[in-house]
Formats: sequence, C-alpha cells, structure tokens
Amino acid sequence: MTELFPLVLEGACTRRGGKDLAGPVDLRLEGQGASIIIGPNGSGKTSLLRLIHGAARLSAGTITWACPTDTARHHQAFVFQRPVMLRRSVAQNIAYPLRLRGVGRRAALDQARDWGVRVGLADCLDLPAPVLSGGEQQKLALARALITEPRVLFLDEPCAALDGAATRDIETILADAKAAGTRIIMTTHDIGQARRLADEVIFLLHGRVHDRARADIFFDAPATSEAAAFLRGDIVQ
Amino acid sequence: MGDLWEGLTRAVWLVLTLDPDLMEISARSLQVTLTALVIATAIALPLAALLSVRRFRWRRAVIAVLNALMGLPPVVVGLIVYVILSRSGPLGVLGLLFTPTAMVIAQVVIIVPLIASIAHQSLRELWQEYHDLLISMNVTQWQKISTLLWDGRRALLTASLAGFGRAIGEVGAIMIVGGNIDNATRVLTTAIALETGRGDFALALALGFVLIGLAVGINLAIHWLGRTEREGRW
Amino acid sequence: MTTRGPMVALACALLCIVSTAPARAAEVMRMAVTTSFHNSGLADVLLPQIAEDLDLEVQLLVVGTGQAIRLGEAGDVDAILVHSRSAEEAFVAGGYGTHRREIMYNDFVVIGPAADPAGLREAADATGALRAIAEAEAPFVSRGDDSGTHKKELSLWSDAGVAAEGDWYNAVGAGMGAALNTASGLGAYILADRASWLNFANKGDLDLVFAGDPVLFNQYAYLPVNPERHPHTRHALALTLEDWLTSDTAQVLIDGYTIGGETLFTFNADQGAGQ
Repeated sequence: MTELFPLVLEGACTRRGGKDLAGPVDLRLEGQGASIIIGPNGSGKTSLLRLIHGAARLSAGTITWACPTDTARHHQAFVFQRPVMLRRSVAQNIAYPLRLRGVGRRAALDQARDWGVRVGLADCLDLPAPVLSGGEQQKLALARALITEPRVLFLDEPCAALDGAATRDIETILADAKAAGTRIIMTTHDIGQARRLADEVIFLLHGRVHDRARADIFFDAPATSEAAAFLRGDIVQ
Repeated sequence: MGDLWEGLTRAVWLVLTLDPDLMEISARSLQVTLTALVIATAIALPLAALLSVRRFRWRRAVIAVLNALMGLPPVVVGLIVYVILSRSGPLGVLGLLFTPTAMVIAQVVIIVPLIASIAHQSLRELWQEYHDLLISMNVTQWQKISTLLWDGRRALLTASLAGFGRAIGEVGAIMIVGGNIDNATRVLTTAIALETGRGDFALALALGFVLIGLAVGINLAIHWLGRTEREGRW
Repeated sequence: MTTRGPMVALACALLCIVSTAPARAAEVMRMAVTTSFHNSGLADVLLPQIAEDLDLEVQLLVVGTGQAIRLGEAGDVDAILVHSRSAEEAFVAGGYGTHRREIMYNDFVVIGPAADPAGLREAADATGALRAIAEAEAPFVSRGDDSGTHKKELSLWSDAGVAAEGDWYNAVGAGMGAALNTASGLGAYILADRASWLNFANKGDLDLVFAGDPVLFNQYAYLPVNPERHPHTRHALALTLEDWLTSDTAQVLIDGYTIGGETLFTFNADQGAGQ
C-alpha cells in the first residue's frame, strides 16, 4: 500500500485578495491517530485544513506527501461544516464517489446501502438527500467520505450545527474509523469534542501554529499562555 | 368573434375527420421541431454545463453573446441560413435549401442560445451548491459536467421545453429556408401565414388552434414522462 | 432506480417521426411562382394533372416576382413563372434564364370601398382611375414589395403622371393577401390581380371598382434557369414542363378555370415557338 505520511508543510501559506488566510505554517504530520486543530474564530483553521487537503491555493511554501500529490489526493476525503447534498437519493449520494472511481452502478449502490446502514441511515436510503435533517445529512456526508476507504479524513467542524445525540453518533463513527486505521485531521471549536477525540492538538493563532502537543499534555499543562487562556474560555486575540 | 368561433369549429372538424392535409403538415411540424430540439439540446446542455464549471478567457463574452442571440429575430436567422444554403452560397452544393433539413438547421440556430442560456442559469446555481464537494473529490471536467446535467435534469427539461415552444411556433425563419412548399416543407405555422394571406382567417385560426393543442399536448406528455421517473422529485 | 421504459418509448417515437415521408412522384423539380398565380388556385388544378401526365412533382415556391427572380439567379429553383416583362427580359439578358416563353395572361383590377368615394366607376381608363384616387386623396394601399403587381402599379402611376406619395398612399411591403387585408381594414383602394381578389375571403366592404383597360393585362411567362450557369438545375425537367404548359391539355385547363363563373386566365402560348 502506498504510504502517504509523513506529510511535511514548509512555510505553507494561502492568501486571497492579498490577505493571509493561513500560514506560513511549518508542520510535520505522522500517519496515525487524530489531530484536532483548535483556535479562536478567524485563526485560519478551515483555511489550513483546506490547504492541506489541496482545496485551497498554495500561495507560498511547500506541502509534501510521502507519495505524489495526485496519489495522496486519491486517498483523502473531506467533510464540510455544511454538508453538500447532491440532488439524488441518500443511497446514490453515498455511492457517488465510487461511481466517480468507475465502480459499477449495482456494486456501488450495494456498498452504499451497507455504509448507510452503518451510519444509521437505514430508514432513509431511498429518500431524496436534501430532505434529511442536519444530523442525518452529516451522517450521509461521513458515509460518502468513508466509502472510498480514505487513508486521511479531513473534517471541518462537522458537528457545529448539530444537537447532542447527532454529535455523539458522529463521534462514534469517527472513533470507529480511527480504530480502523483512518488518519483523522479535524477542526473544531468545541473543546469537549477535542478532548474526546484528539490524540494530538494543534493550536492555531493568527494563521500560524502557536502550540502543538500530545492531547493529554496540551489539556493538562498547555505550554503557552494563549493556549491556556483559550482553554479557560478567555477571549484570545 | 365570428371568425374565432368558426375557427374553433373548423379546428374540431379537421381533427375529428383526420383531415389528411392537416395530419401531414402537423406530422411535419413535429418532425422538424423535435429533430431540431434533439440536436439543439445535445449542443446547448453540455455547452451550458461547460460555461458553468469552466473558467476560460472568453467565458463572459460567450455568455453575453448567448444572451444577446436569445433575442435574435428568427427572420434574420432564416435569412442568414438561406444565404449560406443557397446554391450561390458557401454550402450550396449540399442542395439543402427548401428541404426540411434546412428548416431543422434554422430552428437549431434559433433555439440553441435560448436553451443554453436558461440551462446555464440553473446549472450555475447548482454548481455553486456542488462546487466545494466536487472540487474536494478531485473530479474531472467531464465528471463535473455529467453530474450537473444529471442532477439538474428537471431544470434542463424546462429549458428544452422553452426551446420546443419557440421552435414549434416559429414562422419567419422556416418560411424563408423551407419555402412553404406544399407536400414538402409546409408546416403548421407557414400554412397559417398562407391562409392569413388568402384572407381565410377561419382556416388560419383552426390551424392555430391545432398548433396550440399540439404544443400543449407535447408539454404534458413530456412532463408526464418526467414524473414517471422515480428519482425526479426535485 | 430509473424507469427507463418511457424514455426509450419517447426515443422510438422520435425516430418514427423523423423518418421522412416518401416522395409522391418519380421526379421532382422546383418552380418559383408569384403569389398572385398561387392565390388564383389554378396551381391546384394544374399540378395534379402534371403529376399524372409526366410523373413529375412540381414544388412551388410562392414568392413575389422580385424574390422569384432572385431564386432563379441563385439557382435555387429550376424555373420561374412570373409576370413582369422588363424584369424577365433582364433575367434572360443576364444569362440567368435560357429563354422566356409566354403562357397566359390575366388582368389587374382596382379594388376599393363599395361606396367608391373617389368615383372610379366613372373613370374612362386605368390612368384616369388612378388620377381620381390621387385627386380625392382617398386612401390607397400599395404592395410596396417589388413584386410584379407592385411594379405594374408604379408604371401606372407614372403613366398617369401622378407622384404616388402623401398621407393617403400606404406602402405596406407585404404580399397580395396581406395587402388586401390591410385595404379591407383601412377602407382603401388597391391594385390587385383578379385571381387573388376572387379568391380573397375577407372582402368586407371592398368591391371591384375598375377593370377592363387593356393596359391592365398581366402576362405570365415561364423561364427555365440556365443550366450553363447552374449545372445542378434539372433543366430537362424544366423543358418537359414547358412543353406541357404550352400543350393543348394545359390550354383546356387554363381557359376553363373559373371562380364564381368568371374566367380568370387566357391561354396565349405560341405553340409553334419554344425549343
């Protein structure tokens, strides 16, 4: 199997309209566990995630996977804060990435139904996806991301708009995926969620990595005063 | 009022008696317009999708031109096609002038901008919705286009029907390039123009009513076909 | 899953419609004729007989004389049947047609409101009739479309020594039927060929107010398109048709054609001439 990691960012930076959205960032990511990116609003969490995934333009610096970038992208999936629903049935939404990869219609749909059941959408597989509730849509998005068995799963505040029950369901799915060996890189503004899922924490401030540590260390004894203030719930500027 | 009433009764009579001339020109109207519609749709829809997903240098200009061409008078299209297909014109050797094929060509030219323009507006919205997901999935240009066309099929059907409406009721262009030849290129609209010219308003109106009935019937039929498709709920 | 049945049915229906109808006769040729000839209804009598005698389908392009000449010049038709002598002679002189063969004539008439406010019924001749319209400044509708009828009208105004202009003179730029419709709506005078007038259904308040001056005779001529200029034209068929149009069969049909008891056309082809 192709090895994607380590992933190395050197001075990576994304700009739009002359404004730095994130970076410059130097970062080396290894191939296991869940990295949770936290930081105040506007610190560039989403931009950094999109930059690593390749959906945002790299304005300066380099991002180097252990394999060619195209291969790396093939083994990634991205889940958005607001899931995008294709105007198709739930099963066809989940099957869509397989269809793109040339899997036959019937085989893709069979797998999609399996995944739908796995994420708890068994009752609505044949409904049009746009009529699902927010939590159901996010479960669909997860199933659609996981069906290609990605090596890396990016998630951008996947539970920001969800209630407790849906959040718990999604965290369970993520924990299962992690246990199955999927590398998780996720942003959140929910400190509790970060505590529950993180193996390591990347604390972002003004678009730069301000602090980075193993989760237990970060939460027990943050190395920087800003991280400590953020964890206390103070406003960090 | 007298002409209207007489026209209506004659329309009913012509249809009930399966008047052979009426059947022939109605069939020809459908043949020309549906052929034009199939060809125009095959050109316009991929074009609309391409304009939605692809940023290229002349994109804005192409869209502006399409929108402008939507308002192009059919008679001008007819004249241009006529000059091109005339024996003395650049494509004269094909001998297509005054044939149903020439009428199909004129109608395609007339409705491609219309269909492409309407389709582009709805596909553009759909693309804004899908953009992040499809970019993230690293799809090819072709996959983008086919996804948009498939998921936007409802709106695209409406765009095609708009094209059908414009083509079936068009008279200026096909009169010029078809020549309104009896038994060869006469269709409902040119027959209406002919009967109006003869002052036979009742017959012209009767044909008009048949035309309206045909257009409504085709629209209903296509909508019905669309509804029988289980996925077509949006 | 998708129900594909209806879509397949639709596609089949389309294919059935698209397949073209078979031709009705062995040979096909195209002839441009004037609106006035077509409006007379004579074609409906002649064409079936031609199809029967010659196994030839003559496709008619019904246009004004100006456009008929243009079609012939461009080689888009095989022959033309028009009524404007000067234009026809220029057509032959320009090498577009092989020759000009007179077939028949009908006549122009002046149509106007039944009340005849300009008093055309008392006019001695055609120029007098037009002068009466101009003096009364009674509304007049002109074809204004460069057709044979329009050209005839202009030459009559010129003979009458009247400048055809003013509020009363309406050039509509339309065919005979449309112009008659306009005249009917305006209660105006108009120059029309007798055949179009008799076949016109929307007469309203209009009536025939002047006819009979020999200057109003309207000679129709047949001109095959020159195959040297346009090799693709079906010249042999055009000549076959000419023979038929000048034959005794045609003479009987043309002279015998009436509307409401009135004879419309007089056959005057020189049967010794031609090819």
